[in-house]
Amino acid sequence: MKQFDVLVIGGGHAGCEAAHAAARMGVKTALVTMKRSGIGVMSCNPAIGGLGKGHLVREIDAMDGVMGRVADNAGIQFRLLNRRKGPAVQGPRAQSDRQIYRSTMLDIMESTENLSVIEGEVIDFSMIADRVSGVMLHDGSSISARAVILTTGTFLRGLIHIGDTSYAGGRMGDTASTRLADRIDEFGLPLGRLKTGTPPRLDGRTINWDILERQEGDDDPTLFSFSSTKAPQRQITCGITHTNSQTHDIIRENLSRSAMYGGHIDGVGPRYCPSIEDKIVRFSDKDSHQIFLEPESLSDHTVYPNGISTSLPVDVQERYVHSIVGLNTAKIVQPGYAIEYDYVDPRALNSDLSVRHVPGLYLAGQINGTTGYEEAAAQGLVAGVNAARSATGLGPIQFRRDQSYVGVMIDDLTTRGVTEPYRMFTSRAEFRLSLRADNADQRLTPIGIDIGCVGPQRAQAFSRKMERIHSARVVLDGQSFTPKEIAKAGIRINQDGKKRTPFQLLAFPDVVFSDIVHLSSSLADIDKVTQEQLSKDALYSNYIDRQQKDVEKLRRDETHTIPQDFDYDSVTGLSAELTGKLQRVRPADLGQASRIDGMTPAGLALILSRIRYLEKRRAS
Amino acid sequence: MDTIFALATAQGRAGVSVVRISGPSAFACASKLAGTLPPPRQAGVRTLSDSDGQPVDQALVLTFQSPASFTGEDVVELHLHGSIAVVSAVLRLLASGDARIAEPGEFTRRALENDKMDLAQVEGLGDLIEAETEAQRQQALRIVSGAFGKKIETWRGDLIRAAALIEVTIDFADEDVPVDVTPEVQSLLGQVKADVAAELSGFAAAERIRSGFEVAIVGAPNVGKSTLLNALAKRDAAITSARAGTTRDVIEVRMDLGGLAVTLLDTAGLRDGEDEVEAEGISRAIQRAEVADLRVFLTDNIDDLPLQPRDGDVVVSPKADKRSDKTNAISGLTGYGVPELISKMTERLSMMAQGAGLATQERHRSAMVEAITLLDQAERFVGAGSAHYDIAAEEIRIAIRSLEAIVGRVDVESLLDEIFSSFCLGK
Repeated sequence: MKQFDVLVIGGGHAGCEAAHAAARMGVKTALVTMKRSGIGVMSCNPAIGGLGKGHLVREIDAMDGVMGRVADNAGIQFRLLNRRKGPAVQGPRAQSDRQIYRSTMLDIMESTENLSVIEGEVIDFSMIADRVSGVMLHDGSSISARAVILTTGTFLRGLIHIGDTSYAGGRMGDTASTRLADRIDEFGLPLGRLKTGTPPRLDGRTINWDILERQEGDDDPTLFSFSSTKAPQRQITCGITHTNSQTHDIIRENLSRSAMYGGHIDGVGPRYCPSIEDKIVRFSDKDSHQIFLEPESLSDHTVYPNGISTSLPVDVQERYVHSIVGLNTAKIVQPGYAIEYDYVDPRALNSDLSVRHVPGLYLAGQINGTTGYEEAAAQGLVAGVNAARSATGLGPIQFRRDQSYVGVMIDDLTTRGVTEPYRMFTSRAEFRLSLRADNADQRLTPIGIDIGCVGPQRAQAFSRKMERIHSARVVLDGQSFTPKEIAKAGIRINQDGKKRTPFQLLAFPDVVFSDIVHLSSSLADIDKVTQEQLSKDALYSNYIDRQQKDVEKLRRDETHTIPQDFDYDSVTGLSAELTGKLQRVRPADLGQASRIDGMTPAGLALILSRIRYLEKRRAS
Repeated sequence: MDTIFALATAQGRAGVSVVRISGPSAFACASKLAGTLPPPRQAGVRTLSDSDGQPVDQALVLTFQSPASFTGEDVVELHLHGSIAVVSAVLRLLASGDARIAEPGEFTRRALENDKMDLAQVEGLGDLIEAETEAQRQQALRIVSGAFGKKIETWRGDLIRAAALIEVTIDFADEDVPVDVTPEVQSLLGQVKADVAAELSGFAAAERIRSGFEVAIVGAPNVGKSTLLNALAKRDAAITSARAGTTRDVIEVRMDLGGLAVTLLDTAGLRDGEDEVEAEGISRAIQRAEVADLRVFLTDNIDDLPLQPRDGDVVVSPKADKRSDKTNAISGLTGYGVPELISKMTERLSMMAQGAGLATQERHRSAMVEAITLLDQAERFVGAGSAHYDIAAEEIRIAIRSLEAIVGRVDVESLLDEIFSSFCLGK
């Protein structure tokens, strides 16, 4: 029997990142996928990054993960979102060539040391008592592993809807693989149901591009990976069109034939990514909605019309698409559909994404109730790193809220659970001003180096970069100037008699680096990239100092650990509702408990009193 | 769980003093002193004796069986004769047994832990225990009922709306959303800021209701200020004599004036001091009188004084007993004009009290001041356009948090510390 330390089931974005992370950690890793060609497939919108999501990609990259590099290699249109807003909320985004993305990812997976890609269908877990000890394949063979990461997306009771027809999606129609689903049912994990949708795909050759507004990418692409230097692919432009009142009439008349409005779907969809049916019903006062026409590849003609996902029957899809300017003769190459699926309530997971009651098993990706490639990949990273550590007898690595978007997501998922497919937003991060896309490496690469998941090349590049930043910082902090001197250099400043360092000057929102170089020649010697980095650091420095207090408070609450066997029923005074939530989440500490939805100060006080009481009793 | 005990009534001489014992061995501890205990919830008179059998006091003993007690544990109350010697003897005897003296607020904490009270009740209890006057009691009840909390909830709602408008332009920048939300955000911020400022302006009065208004009696030496103070306080609080300059330091007397807590200040007579000590007394008198809420001037020649009355201050002529024209005159000695003065003072203070807001504590005030500063900043950044929306959102977030802190959405540890430290031992 083949033996591995970590075995990953599924070759999607979570699976690839998990397998690569485990392999980087130096443990023997297997990626089991139905077919090689399924590795790195973008099943939905062919784009990586965006607001909050771009932050995640940067963080994955800072830990030497794969998503950023692959997206840079496959990118055919790069845009930095929120370019005119503060750097803390700027998010890199790129459209990818679907084919190049997939092949680049497969190449990396196949050429990674410690990583074996195995084609096969997992039909069941092997168990030793309560512990998952490997998997059984359809061909009758078994593979053993110290830790198994399940990243199978929507395979649990996945159901695809087009109009009033529906069929089992994923592998659920296959009787053999229901055994895996049965096994998961047996674990008694809490499940919920979600749905998501896709738009019909169009043949780009049948779109009248000439009459459409175009959207160009950035002239100077902002790449994802800290180690990428250029975008190698030819860059393309997208088209923009709009729905109109005729489109809306067609959809309204046929609402009852939509799977969603015809009552065929129970799952909850994302509020931020509504189907076109939803948009028309919920925002009935709007007579037009924007559609981005995004080419999926340089090598074929498929176009992704972003903004019109649907579960209407095919004939209605055709009619409403044809009512739209520029799409009057557009050919649908693949109809849009909605997919419903079960997810595992992530509150049943620990913060290393291991299943609380099933030793040896980790879950990552859409199966945990998230949506998006980036969210999936980030979970893959967390599960991969931690599965590798547990396989070698090490304790889990916690990604913290005050350190990374990855940490924010993991904490949100395991503490609050999800009510709709979970997507990252910058507003979820209370430490947003310090968790920037531009400093993801400064925040995470040292940790990555420390735990051994960052390769030597990146580690060296990082240390050279930090040397440049540190020596430039010495120059910026090492001299101070009177308001008079500052005014003489052409910077408007309060004549308050206070001397200021160049770094303090950069903290003024209207002062830029080119203003301060007139103060001293040593400032002009700092290279452009370092100048930019330090300008961003300085812009938020006052706020970051203030946030530091919150971080300390958070850490203080986290020092009050709650025993895993803590009996919430014994805490008199807690409402039944809170008790139920606490039992589901089993927070690791008071900080996590405080973030549970509906938690009150009185409830926390009761828990804290109880913890102290138990501690005292144990001590005496 | 330890068994704890403490004096539950005020320290010092009193008719009756109550010592409360709570915990699993409360009954055992009490019966060591009292012998057989009366059945739960029935009073019994017992002789308390020390370990040698020497009687210490005759006491009324009450027992409460868990969970039907204040703390939810077994509780014994010993109603002793309120002599300092008796109380300390009993406390000493208890300390030599299995029980230990309670930490401040520990009885209440146990009541909380045993689900006998919730946190709001604990806070309300704190205020009610502290309440000395009718106005304080009403104010405490108003806070317990959550009126301030409701107000803060409204502010919070408006600020969250403002923050959400900004966030939508940040997190959905690539979608069909409004680009410029500045006008609506500015109007929300402005509205909340004005409301907070209004509440803040009622703080001084509310704080006064809680901690007491200060009324200073001022005038030249030997016009009878101390005599008047004693007449108002109905006791000899200040030393009086025929000699000018008898009062050197500021003398304070607490009293209840029409339901309002008032601290009367008797001050040194205002004149050119004859010695250093008196000069210092006079300078203090002026300082205290200036910051008092109300000044009662006892004088015929207001222009001769180094301190001038402000709007609402009371000016009366001294020593009515020694003059034939008693118009607007007062005498502490005979009580002439005192009822009129009391009603005038009450009227003035009640007027001030009417402007009282819901904020009563210094920490409420500082949180509101902080929120206003933050909202000012947020307005500035929002006004500067979308380039600084991220910083504006941060300012709003912190402003929301500082307002939330008022109703207690704070660090649990400090909340507990604050609540429990404001309880005095044994209550």
